[in-house]
Amino acid sequence: MSDRIETVEIDDAGERLAHRATPAYQTHEGVYTRGVSGFFQNIRLYAGFFLLGLYFLLPWLNWGDRQLIWFDLPSRQFHIFAATFWPQDLMLLSWLLIICAFGLFFVTVFGGRVWCGFTCPQTVWTQIFMWAERFTEGERHTRIKLDKQPMSVGKARKKIAKHTIWFGVAWATGFTFVAYFIPARELVIDHWTGQASTGAYLWIGLFTLATYVNAGYMREKVCIHMCPYARFQSVMFDQDTLTVAYDYNRGEPRGHRKRDAEATHQGDCIDCGLCVQVCPTGIDIRDGLQYECIQCALCIDACDSVMDKMNTERGLVRYATEHELNGGTTHWLRPRLLGYGAAMAIMVVAFGYAITHRSPLDANIKRDRGALFHETKSGAIENTYTLTVFNKTSFNEVYEVNLAGRPGAKLIGPETLELAPGQTKVAVYQIQMDPDLIIQSRLPVEFLIEPAKEPAHTLSVESTFIGPDRWN
Amino acid sequence: MFNDSLPTFWSIWVAVITLLVIFGCLWLIWIVRKSEPYKEETEETMGHSFDGIEEYDNPLPRWWYFKFLGTIVFGLGYLALYPGLGNFQGLLGWTSTKQYEEEVAAAEVRYGPVFAAFADQPVEVLASDPEALEVGGRLYSNNCAVCHGSGGKGAYGFPNLTDDDWLYGGSVEKIRESLNVGRVANMPAWQATLGDAGIEETSHYVVSLSGRAHDETLAAKGEQHYQTYCAACHMPNGEGMHALGAPNLTDDVWLYKQPNLTVIESVKLTLRHGRQGVMPAQLPRLGEDKVHLLTAYVYSLSQAN
Repeated sequence: MSDRIETVEIDDAGERLAHRATPAYQTHEGVYTRGVSGFFQNIRLYAGFFLLGLYFLLPWLNWGDRQLIWFDLPSRQFHIFAATFWPQDLMLLSWLLIICAFGLFFVTVFGGRVWCGFTCPQTVWTQIFMWAERFTEGERHTRIKLDKQPMSVGKARKKIAKHTIWFGVAWATGFTFVAYFIPARELVIDHWTGQASTGAYLWIGLFTLATYVNAGYMREKVCIHMCPYARFQSVMFDQDTLTVAYDYNRGEPRGHRKRDAEATHQGDCIDCGLCVQVCPTGIDIRDGLQYECIQCALCIDACDSVMDKMNTERGLVRYATEHELNGGTTHWLRPRLLGYGAAMAIMVVAFGYAITHRSPLDANIKRDRGALFHETKSGAIENTYTLTVFNKTSFNEVYEVNLAGRPGAKLIGPETLELAPGQTKVAVYQIQMDPDLIIQSRLPVEFLIEPAKEPAHTLSVESTFIGPDRWN
Repeated sequence: MFNDSLPTFWSIWVAVITLLVIFGCLWLIWIVRKSEPYKEETEETMGHSFDGIEEYDNPLPRWWYFKFLGTIVFGLGYLALYPGLGNFQGLLGWTSTKQYEEEVAAAEVRYGPVFAAFADQPVEVLASDPEALEVGGRLYSNNCAVCHGSGGKGAYGFPNLTDDDWLYGGSVEKIRESLNVGRVANMPAWQATLGDAGIEETSHYVVSLSGRAHDETLAAKGEQHYQTYCAACHMPNGEGMHALGAPNLTDDVWLYKQPNLTVIESVKLTLRHGRQGVMPAQLPRLGEDKVHLLTAYVYSLSQAN
């Protein structure tokens, strides 16, 4: 170590230092957001309360004798209102997710990151946690000061109060999440009395911890560094997309000025810095559109309140399109938006049709593989099939099994199958054919399964009948 | 069990190379760490530049360095506990066979009572108990259907279980015996003894037993061959013998009737080359309780008609 040759600075390190604005291993400085009230903050608040209310309330509502929304994993049934979905309905789930994705695209093309700013769980829960922070520790400047103070009884009390509220909300979140999978009314008793399953405790614990860390500490870091949606949505923006924007032409050159002063050479921005202080992701909106911006519109409310005080027109920071800011006109109805809308509308209609016309049964036929066919004493050719019928309804159903489109073929096996709700039944059938009728070695056959109560939903399943190749 | 260990040389070969790679990595990480000129983040570059892009000469981040060390510790720990170093079996003594056997034993504990619940009821009772037949039917699907067919109707070379024709007897006890210890049938080949003419003659006699079309003259000659060679097992009147599993030749059931051949041509093939039918023993695989249920299920198949 000691014999290392001393390095000699041969160029201007200072200059390069200046270029390196962000060190490789940066310690993130906390964002201390300032409280703000206004139109958009109200929308966020009401939207947040509404969504949270739904989230916390839904597991407590019942539909008949079961929970209204209940993802019953052990018996592989998803109950949503009157409908029950089975693993066989997975296709519907994927379509629902595709529709949601298109909904997101549509909204983003029109109004930017509305989802992020107003409805994303990350935003909503962060909002609650920030409220707890303000409630216990006070406003932005008080919090900054508090964090710099040495530990004292007063500081400890505030911190404990904050973390208690955080933990309470996190626990309620974790509990509610699990209550979508294990009926809430059982879980609430069982988990206090220590009778819930280990899995339930584990998941409640995990979601409590995740909520606590996420909404308490991660916050904007999730949006900036982890969220994939934040990264790819820029491809959906165009010059007619509404975004939270600073009206550069009106605001610049910025600077302090007195109220009502006729500032001939100055713009409307008084550089109060309020828009920066309220920002949950810690950016300056006046630098233009940035990927960190979740478009929560808090800076709009902050700026509007300042503009009111300055007796200047509102909207220095506002929802605006790029065309609008540059003095052009905004083209609302553009092919991209209409395309997303049309695609979504078609899918919603198709989805509605698929949901309402869901088959109340599932059936599947397997030809025995062990033997191609066998001969009866009378010389007829027989194939064996295993029919599996699954009753997806919530009532007992009788299914009539018939053969279609193969004249002269005889079906041997139970003529009707009776199934309890959710039951799967396996039945063995034989198709018997006279050798003279077997015109080729492979013949298509069709089984018709007709539910007695809903004959319109008769299901047809196809298989093959195999006969000998040459027949003497 | 079979011996799956490596020869000593190759065992050492594997172990040495594995350890060499691990300790080699450790040495490499350590030597790189030691030779890093800066312990803290600096502005030094590697000295080359491309299109204005330069690379800083910074040390490996500490968390990364420790993660590397962690993987090495994990690797050594794993090799100590589990098999991996040649023939060394690991301190835990884990093998895939043991794991399999444990899982089978656990399944036995869990599902055994389901089958045991039926064990003390007689087969005749179970054969009309829908629940027993459902359980038995599943056992049948898993263990028997591949040869005898899902419906028990059999196939070429595999007997039909739904009729009243039995090679080894259709009583409950006989069915249980077939399942427990299995069956091996042996029909010898007669080509060498009888010759082409003898085979032709015998086949005409055999089909005449069940009243099929045949040549009277050939059948008359064939009867002599039959009484000499075949009657010992198939009995002089052709009705077969359950003790040996020799089929009844007087009915219309032909186990080895080939789909593209007539009955008489199929009989000739059997006479020429013989037949070896095998039913595997199920008791060692399934145990008494499951065989009991299977007996009931198979018995019920033949009772339905």
